[in-house]
Amino acid sequence: MYNLIGAGLIVIGGGIGLGQIGGKAMEGIARQPEAAGKIQTAMIIIGALLEGLAFGALLLAN
Amino acid sequence: MIAKNSIKFFTVLALVFTSFGVFAGGGDTQSSENKGGRVDTKEEIKDYIKHHLADSHDFSLYSYTNDEEEVKHVGFPLPVIVWTSKGLKVFMSSKFHHNDDGKLVVEAGDVKLTKIHSKIYELNEGASEVAFGEAHHAINAHKVLDFSITKSIFGILLAGLLMLLGFRSLAKGYKKGAIPTGVGRVLEPLVLYVRDEIARPNIGEKKYKKFMPYLLTVFFFIWISNLLGLTPLGFNITGQIAVTVCLALFTLVVYVSNASKDFWMHTLWMPGVPKLLRPVLAVLELAGFLLIKPFSLLVRLFANITAGHSVVMGIAALMILLKAKFGTVGATGISFLLAMFLTVIELLVAFLQAFIFTMLSALFIGMAVEEHDHADASH
Repeated sequence: MYNLIGAGLIVIGGGIGLGQIGGKAMEGIARQPEAAGKIQTAMIIIGALLEGLAFGALLLAN
Repeated sequence: MIAKNSIKFFTVLALVFTSFGVFAGGGDTQSSENKGGRVDTKEEIKDYIKHHLADSHDFSLYSYTNDEEEVKHVGFPLPVIVWTSKGLKVFMSSKFHHNDDGKLVVEAGDVKLTKIHSKIYELNEGASEVAFGEAHHAINAHKVLDFSITKSIFGILLAGLLMLLGFRSLAKGYKKGAIPTGVGRVLEPLVLYVRDEIARPNIGEKKYKKFMPYLLTVFFFIWISNLLGLTPLGFNITGQIAVTVCLALFTLVVYVSNASKDFWMHTLWMPGVPKLLRPVLAVLELAGFLLIKPFSLLVRLFANITAGHSVVMGIAALMILLKAKFGTVGATGISFLLAMFLTVIELLVAFLQAFIFTMLSALFIGMAVEEHDHADASH
């Protein structure tokens, strides 16, 4: 039961993080469309790092 | 033209995989439903998904129950290679007759072996059948060293073979002319992509060439393994934690063995911070470098693929769970559409995870091999 609550909290945290990354990347691309490629790559890397963190926590929670 | 062709290729690939994947999933789940009498389908579906996610000693495509209430398995056996207390034993997994709860004891020469939850146990001297203690642990048997060609290892070999064939034809193509033909048309842009978007910017112009073979191998191995996982053959290669652990260890070895003097200097005795802090930072840096980075690599790949497989199979299982409400055709339609949608996303994830693993490997290698010009000493 508690680990399910923990998993939910992890997903909330990860969601907020991914939202921030995605949103800022969108803003960046809208301001500077010519840098879209670079921004996208950086966004994916940060997203992947965040994902690793969240998945690690999820494994621990279960 | 190349881009157009590869888009065509991937569309066809996606369609083939999705239709087959859903078809196979449906067949499998339905077979487990009519196993005679009333069954708790929800529990059975859970078991089935768990069974799929785990590795197994034989290659079964699907199973069904015939009119005589016998469960028939369609597939083929794989070799079992185990190191027991009496030495090496080799036999085909068909000897176990798909028994997975330790009720069937196989005599291989002078040792008695049995299979419990896809793990092979050796019975202790004098015992003729497995006795279970508390929490369903076998008390008179112990595990053996298992080098069997399991389903996942078969998949790894298959992925290796596909890579060998594909890249051989690409290499041969360059002898004929600058433009590759056939499979090479698809592979060349990907190779260039790994070089120009992953290796060059992250490792640096001077040193990237040395690491290209590793990065390309890892990229294509993960990608092809992920794609094999979406076929109806039921592979789950990168969803085995052992496989991802090994991949992460390879990356660890590559970047530790190639780390520059500057890197060790900055890790173990960071310049520019108070001397009292330096040991603390060294411990933190070492933990991040040797533990956390490889751990995040392996967990990401494992969790993504496992999650993907369980969701797709869960959706395929909706066919049975919704049958009462929507009828056979309605439930199949709903589950087919959802599963097709999800499998297309899984195709994207298959590529993305291969890309991210390679990208982060390149990033870590780049961090380790970087050399600083010591113009300013305070850095």
